[in-house]
Amino acid sequence: MTCEELLKALNDYVDDETVLAVCREFAAHLAGCNPCRVVVDNIRSTIRLYKAGEPYPMPPEFQARMRDALRAKWAETFPPAGS
Amino acid sequence: MSEPSDSPPADPDLDLLRQARAGDLAAFEKLVGRFQGRVYGLAYRMLGESHDAEDVTQQTFLSLVEHLKDFRGESAVAAWVLRIAANHALKLLRKRRGLPTVPLTDPGDPDEGYAEVPHPEVIAPWRDDPGELAERHEARELIDRALAGLDDKYRTVFVLRDIEGFSVKETADLLGLSEANVKVRLLRARLALREKLTRVFGDEAARVFPDHRHP
Repeated sequence: MTCEELLKALNDYVDDETVLAVCREFAAHLAGCNPCRVVVDNIRSTIRLYKAGEPYPMPPEFQARMRDALRAKWAETFPPAGS
Repeated sequence: MSEPSDSPPADPDLDLLRQARAGDLAAFEKLVGRFQGRVYGLAYRMLGESHDAEDVTQQTFLSLVEHLKDFRGESAVAAWVLRIAANHALKLLRKRRGLPTVPLTDPGDPDEGYAEVPHPEVIAPWRDDPGELAERHEARELIDRALAGLDDKYRTVFVLRDIEGFSVKETADLLGLSEANVKVRLLRARLALREKLTRVFGDEAARVFPDHRHP
């Protein structure tokens, strides 16, 4: 496996979706190629970084506005009995 | 979002959804409370802007009121809600670009093949653990900027697949692309983000240089 081929197989390797044979080739390449090893590591870090990100706080005034809009929609969709 | 096929855990949101479906507003508001942060986050990451993220969040829950009865239980409630949110976000992205429909797979599109996938340039181990970096305020801005700076078509795939955890197939279905196309876009997104972030978080002293070139 060349560095070029490794780059193409990167997703499957990182996602653990790949068949064992490719995995073995991949691992064999990584064992002898430090730059590729660092790249794979960087990509895993990149994904972890975004997954670990804090949620974006919703502005409280929007939250109140949305609640009112949802209640209005709810009243239309589920009209109270007898109305 | 796929559950393992053997004995999937009970969906904690299913009861609330059933109660809401029967007209229980309090149950619906609990569901909104459980999902609004994730929906807003997904929208914010896809659109890069709070005003549009608010629009998408509100649209998502408004359509949820209408479509409560349509939930078939084929996926977890959370996955269903996020899919609705992703669809609203995509609609807004397309509107921004003035495109009436999803750009379908274009055979001339470089995303169809791996031929011109850019090679990594700066290769260095990172100085800090990604979990710690994600908590630092000044790093967070950089991380957000890197994602916002990606082309829409790459950012969308990265957000859905890598951040929200949709499978390649689910992402492909959502975007109206082939799975192969999603994979190439994902690779480009990951490599582009890796490059940007390694330039900032990489340890310059430990930088490595490929000593060989393959034909």
